[in-house]
Amino acid sequence: MKARVHVMLKNGVLDPQGEAVRHALGALGFEGVEGVRQGKVIELELADGTSEDTIRDMCEKLLANTVIESYRIEVL
Amino acid sequence: MRAAVIVFPGSNCDRDMAVALKSAGADVDMVWHKDAALPDGVDLVAVPGGFSFGDYLRCGAIAAKSPICKALVQHVERGGYALGVCNGFQVLTETGLLPGALMRNAGLKFVCKTVDLRVETSDCAFTEGYKAGDIIALPVAHHDGNYTVDPDTLARLEQDARIPFRYLQNTNGSVADIAGVLSENRRVLGMMPHPERAVDAGHGGTDGQALFRGIVAQLATA
Repeated sequence: MKARVHVMLKNGVLDPQGEAVRHALGALGFEGVEGVRQGKVIELELADGTSEDTIRDMCEKLLANTVIESYRIEVL
Repeated sequence: MRAAVIVFPGSNCDRDMAVALKSAGADVDMVWHKDAALPDGVDLVAVPGGFSFGDYLRCGAIAAKSPICKALVQHVERGGYALGVCNGFQVLTETGLLPGALMRNAGLKFVCKTVDLRVETSDCAFTEGYKAGDIIALPVAHHDGNYTVDPDTLARLEQDARIPFRYLQNTNGSVADIAGVLSENRRVLGMMPHPERAVDAGHGGTDGQALFRGIVAQLATA
């Protein structure tokens, strides 16, 4: 089985890289880009039957830093 | 007084850290990240700067899960002292031994220069060689030194004087100009500036000496 973990900076945590991307889009002439947030996608190949709880544990212990990041698990 | 300097793949300030500690009078062991235990009788564990594990995933994240970091956490839980500089500070926040996190610099640039810091408290073993209000100059060299912490924890850090160093001019976007943070028991210090790169006249400054002399003297008598 596969799972995909989306890691994003929490709302309210300033994202300097997202801001730089927003500015660059504006410089290219794209109007109306009001915000950009940049995150990561981590794809996991897992033994069949791995529980979502186990994946959540992986996120809490390593894949996300929950001080600044939130995560979302997508089982594929 | 015995100190251990942890070496991760990608550490590059480990030898400087060892030299700074030795010149202050400490006996120093280098400890490899795969070691599961610290040498007996270690008083201080130093986590050096560099790019442990290539900064993969997040700075310090992989290092924080290494076998030696389990021993480091146990050492701190027993009341042991720890110092993390630059990548070492990132490792200490990733282990949870220090609050907050270090994000990409607000200006997105790698900052490499000497900066002025204000010493905010001399009430810890690391800063007792300074006076509160002292202005010292130390080098910084980092891409991810933008300290962030939730407002409640920040209020606690301020109230308990757990911010021993602040930038006079904010260099990376850190909240409240924070350059260094202490643990609740004041025995764990994490800081982005490099005191070990300012311990010899040949470095262009010696303002970091008092930190190493202070901690070594304090632990030698303990």
